[in-house]
Amino acid sequence: MSDCADTLRELEPYLDGELADEVRHHVHHHLDSCPDCQQAFEFHLELKEAIRRKCSDEALPESLVSRLEVCLTEDFDGDGVIGDKA
Amino acid sequence: MADRTDFAATAMEFAPQLYSAALRMTRNRADAEDLVQETMLRGYRSFHTFTEGTNLRAWLFRILTNVYINRYRAAQRRPDESDLADVEDMYLYRRVPSMESAAASLSAEEQFLDLFTDDEVKTALENLPESFRLPVLLADVEGFAYREIAEMLDVPIGTVMSRLHRGRKAMQRELYEYAQEKGLTA
Repeated sequence: MSDCADTLRELEPYLDGELADEVRHHVHHHLDSCPDCQQAFEFHLELKEAIRRKCSDEALPESLVSRLEVCLTEDFDGDGVIGDKA
Repeated sequence: MADRTDFAATAMEFAPQLYSAALRMTRNRADAEDLVQETMLRGYRSFHTFTEGTNLRAWLFRILTNVYINRYRAAQRRPDESDLADVEDMYLYRRVPSMESAAASLSAEEQFLDLFTDDEVKTALENLPESFRLPVLLADVEGFAYREIAEMLDVPIGTVMSRLHRGRKAMQRELYEYAQEKGLTA
């Protein structure tokens, strides 16, 4: 596997960390000598990271924290009493 | 076998991640809160089935996904899979040249994808039909392996891969449409 089409076919499983060692090695080998494919891989890596960064920053609402503490009836405050909401 | 009394302390660590994912799934805060509460409650009740030393985060996300699919999905209006038009590979990447002048205005610390706001990326993800949204969310945002996503969604790994592929392309096309609307394209 050395040409661009074969390498680009592996782009997504490569970025997802799903390629077997041997195939990953072939991809690396091709990228070392092909700036075009390298650029495409770098763009999609950046895109994947941007999606993660931009979609995972939600703060946990206080209201939900309170609800979880109540509904789990668990000893959140470490006083040894389970279900004590006081 | 895991001890139930350990559940709250260990599971609460993942509550922010579960809530973020729940928001992307349900697309509104009230349902996302209900979904996380239900997930934690089920996790607490079935914690005795969790094998200590295995991945608690994946275990909780499997519950989250199951609860969402069984409880909330049916109630939501959902576009049909066939609504997802076929999009060419590397859709956004091929259009980077048309956004060159916009990209030139970025500061040195910014990346090309910073041309898009957080809300635009969130909306592009949330607008995907659900059968594509969940794989993209679980792979790109939460970083789960194909095998784990296949288990969570109860579909074969090949289906996960093809939905990821189509979902990502559709998301890229939507992002490019935002760029066009904002006048970032030449």
